[in-house]
Amino acid sequence: MRTARLNRLTPYIFMAPAALIMGIALLYPLAYMIWGSFRAWNPSQQIGETEFVGLKNYITLWNDAAFRESLGVTLKFAVSVVSIEMLLGVGLALLLDRNIRGMSVLRTLFILPMMIAPVVVGLMWRYMYHPTVGTFNRMLEKVGIEGVDWLGQNALFSVILADIWQWTPFIFILSLAALQSLPQSALEAARIDGATGWQQIWHIKLPLMMPVLIVTALLRMIDAFKVLEVILVMTEGCPGLSTEILALRISRTATEFRELGVAAAMSNYLLILLLILTGAMFAYTKLQEARAARLRAAAEDG
Amino acid sequence: MAHPTYERQHPGYYALLVGLIFMAVGPIALMFINSFKLDVDIISGTSGLLFMPTIQNYETALCDILPYELDHLDFCALKFGGAFINSLIIALVSTALTLVIGCMAAYALVRFRFMGRDTASLTTLMVRMVPPAVLLVPVFGLWNNEFCLGNDALLGGLIRETFGGRGDVCLAGTHSGIILIYVAMNLPFVIWILQSFIVQVPYSLEEAARVDGATPFQVFFRVVLPLIKPGLAAAAIFTFRIAWNEYLLASALSDRDTKTVPILIVNNMSEFNVEWGVIMATGMLLAIPPIIFTLFASRQIITGMTAGAVKG
Repeated sequence: MRTARLNRLTPYIFMAPAALIMGIALLYPLAYMIWGSFRAWNPSQQIGETEFVGLKNYITLWNDAAFRESLGVTLKFAVSVVSIEMLLGVGLALLLDRNIRGMSVLRTLFILPMMIAPVVVGLMWRYMYHPTVGTFNRMLEKVGIEGVDWLGQNALFSVILADIWQWTPFIFILSLAALQSLPQSALEAARIDGATGWQQIWHIKLPLMMPVLIVTALLRMIDAFKVLEVILVMTEGCPGLSTEILALRISRTATEFRELGVAAAMSNYLLILLLILTGAMFAYTKLQEARAARLRAAAEDG
Repeated sequence: MAHPTYERQHPGYYALLVGLIFMAVGPIALMFINSFKLDVDIISGTSGLLFMPTIQNYETALCDILPYELDHLDFCALKFGGAFINSLIIALVSTALTLVIGCMAAYALVRFRFMGRDTASLTTLMVRMVPPAVLLVPVFGLWNNEFCLGNDALLGGLIRETFGGRGDVCLAGTHSGIILIYVAMNLPFVIWILQSFIVQVPYSLEEAARVDGATPFQVFFRVVLPLIKPGLAAAAIFTFRIAWNEYLLASALSDRDTKTVPILIVNNMSEFNVEWGVIMATGMLLAIPPIIFTLFASRQIITGMTAGAVKG
């Protein structure tokens, strides 16, 4: 009798600590933020003392040219980073998927960039981009070309380049794993039928990898909206607003302009954006599962 | 198991490989080399490997914990040692807590059917995407104003009598405040990854243990945990990496005594006159633990990464 009750309680006991911590430190703060986004709120006030202003923060933001530019920069950054990294990463995986000695060493070296602190990555690239002492301009100088103003006129491009360096390996490793788990029979059949390398890639490998690739791209997209430290260290959003992505603008609105209500509203906009992406990912995996189940059922019937 | 024969490849293939390795490791190697150069050498650009290596930058960075006096320095401005210890405490404690709490929750979600299971599972999946920047505003407000012990509430008075201080005791500015938000932030990810490892544990093993009279807790600690060690290692590395590298929330929550290393680096970067040598030595010191993990546990990292994405 006692064991039966213990058994029924077991899952709750296992869940309780996680639920408690996530409730206190994630869900409650999120609710608190949504509540705060409807209020005129500055850091010296308790939230209870603030004035309710309805949708004012959201409307102010929507009409704020700086916010719109920052939103544009964020989208530009995320889309270009993800598409270039997907092209490079998948391309490299297809190219390097051979049976060679030392592949594991190669993969180890490739994951180094993403394990290092974003702050340090920003620091390295800021040095390399430096107009006079930086590595790139030194090299250009040696070949006799005039130096480029990396973090000035081409700031967004330079920031994108640094992110590509850091995160292409992620996509490379995931697509390599997907490639190596493809059913060998399909590839064998294609080879016997005389398909060329390109035909194998286009008609067999890529379509079979597609589910993993889509999830990878969405994951990377969600992460691209989280990038903050690399850009903070490299440019601090300068020059002008050209590299001020939303995450950076939120932190500046909160700490420099001291408008917590507006920052909270901005966080909500970002959250809605990410919610759509996560929803898309969730729906896609559910769709895939349903399709796989249907295929399996059909195979069993026939 | 592995194929004993390796295919011979076109020379261009190897050239490409070398190029890629150079690109991936080059910037890190550059920072490593520069951290042994004096600022004069970095700026004058007597390029390449022809320079006198010096550990002066590292001495400057570590000046507050070195046992001897430095000749080139009158005043130890960069308190790296203290920040390093803060980082270590915060990263280790939050990793340990996240792992214990996370694998219990993952086990419950995989192995039990209970009321609220679907809600819990969906919530975990959804909060995984919340960026630290979004948490900045509420966490700053709550940790400073609400998560406090007032003078007459609970242990507030006692804590103040023991440790001194005036006014309320709040979570902001303490190690525990930062640890709490890191644990919460990492939990969804750890639960997600460990679920895919726990599913693979054969259920018959657990049943056999239960038939032999083991309680659910014994089954979990004696049977399941040892079998998912690779998953635990992967999850531990990812959690440690985030807690060790994070800047934004730590900068909002820490005070003078609880600063972590990333904060130190950012503060020194925003000064007008960047001391490249010292800052690169600091960066190198911050990068060393993750680099060591990568070199020794790359297999676990890759398994974890693919488990997270491929078996979503």
